[in-house]
Amino acid sequence: MESLSNRKKVLEQKPMNFWERMYLPAIIKGMRVTIRHFFKKKTTVSYPEVERPYSKNYRGMHSLKRDEEGRERCTACGLCALSCPAEAISMISAERKKGEEHLYREEKYAAVYEINMLRCIFCGLCEEACPKEAIYLDGPHVPADYLRKDFIYGKDKLVEEKFDVNLLEMANLK
Amino acid sequence: METAFIIEKFVLITIVFVLTLVIAMYSTLAERKVAGFMQDRKGPDRAGPFGILQPLADGGKFFFKEEIIPAGAHKSLFIAGPTIAIITACISSAVIPWGQQLTIGGRVIDLQVADINVGILYVFGVIALGVYGIMLGGWASNNKFSLMGAIRAASQSISYEIAMGLSIIALLMVTQTLSIKDIVAQQSGFVNWNIWVQPLGFIIFVTCAFAECNRVPFDLPECETELVGGYHTEYSSMKLGLYMFSEYINMFVSSAIMSALYFGGYNFPFMNDLGLSQNWITVIGVVVFFLKIFAFIFFFMWIRWTLPRFRYDQLMNLGWKILIPLAIANIVLTGVITLIKDTYW
Repeated sequence: MESLSNRKKVLEQKPMNFWERMYLPAIIKGMRVTIRHFFKKKTTVSYPEVERPYSKNYRGMHSLKRDEEGRERCTACGLCALSCPAEAISMISAERKKGEEHLYREEKYAAVYEINMLRCIFCGLCEEACPKEAIYLDGPHVPADYLRKDFIYGKDKLVEEKFDVNLLEMANLK
Repeated sequence: METAFIIEKFVLITIVFVLTLVIAMYSTLAERKVAGFMQDRKGPDRAGPFGILQPLADGGKFFFKEEIIPAGAHKSLFIAGPTIAIITACISSAVIPWGQQLTIGGRVIDLQVADINVGILYVFGVIALGVYGIMLGGWASNNKFSLMGAIRAASQSISYEIAMGLSIIALLMVTQTLSIKDIVAQQSGFVNWNIWVQPLGFIIFVTCAFAECNRVPFDLPECETELVGGYHTEYSSMKLGLYMFSEYINMFVSSAIMSALYFGGYNFPFMNDLGLSQNWITVIGVVVFFLKIFAFIFFFMWIRWTLPRFRYDQLMNLGWKILIPLAIANIVLTGVITLIKDTYW
């Protein structure tokens, strides 16, 4: 039958000649290949010391963002939980009290915000759903752990570190 | 026998024994490193700098593993298997001359544990005994895979011992002696090495040495793809460790024998023209001998990570139909050449 790809090669199966039957030349050839690899540059990445850069659109661990004044952006609307196909997100909302304006941006905030990292499929629908730009999957990958309960990440692990506004401004001025 | 002699031999035996074990230990690391390097990896490098503590970690792990003796196993033979394997591996190094004489305070010390005049036969006998370790272990396990591995080991080493013995006979026709010490002493310098007169015999001997050590491409007794683990399928803990250890000791000893028989042992080029004292030549000779041994061990590993395993019928074909006729041809050729040389020169 005609080959469609035109890449078909018919190999002749000739009986081996004396040199080929001796195998020694072939063995030496093979040894030359392996010794060449012996001196090649190694492709190993020594992981904890050296880390390969993540790709730009890598979706890793979630982080709950703060606004430019260091207040939590999340308003506990629940859209992320609703959009989550794995139902990994749950939250309990609370009303902002007087004097807490420097902590929470909106009048309603998430008192408890939990993501079950064993359920999460890192699809990124939560960050797409969020109207407040409060959640992003921009962290590193989720580390291993021993117990299932330790994979339910609360606000202590999710909320972004509070940054110093002055420092940020100084960096901007530069 | 005087006391000094006994002390001297005792010290020598201890040094050789410790060296053998340490080299076997580090061969395991070297094997993994070589494997890594040939596959563009780094190999183990976590335990200590460059992984030099890895053998200790491995050994410790072996000791802490649970020791299992299967219910249907023949208990005493099950224990005897690895014991015989490691003992025969260790005692075969007794006749290897590690160097010339050292003169310390007027005493001449031979760097050889036992200079017996049938050194090569002793080595052969001990190596042949080594297969009992594998055979007993495999049979006592009461496991079909183990038994298959053991049978393979037995038939393999019997087949290849013949070719090995025949290749040695050709060598003995050249050297006219069975004592390894004399054989090495004859090869002083560089041009007298036996490899130049017995190249074919050397190739046959190397091939058979691979087979005797159960190294790839002749590692059918422990062939993982077909036999789970071969003769040591049922072994765990340090008993398994002993089997593996004996394999590496065998590799070390056969490297030593190969370099002693064919590559001049402790002899190195221009050794008599340097104008050094006897003691210095001996010391350098020992170093050179070990360098040759390490080169051979590397060669063993190099082959291992280059060639695939033989099929069993290919193994038997190679042994009986190729190596043995070749070895016999080598004997005839050596005889003819020796005769011509003796008659006309």
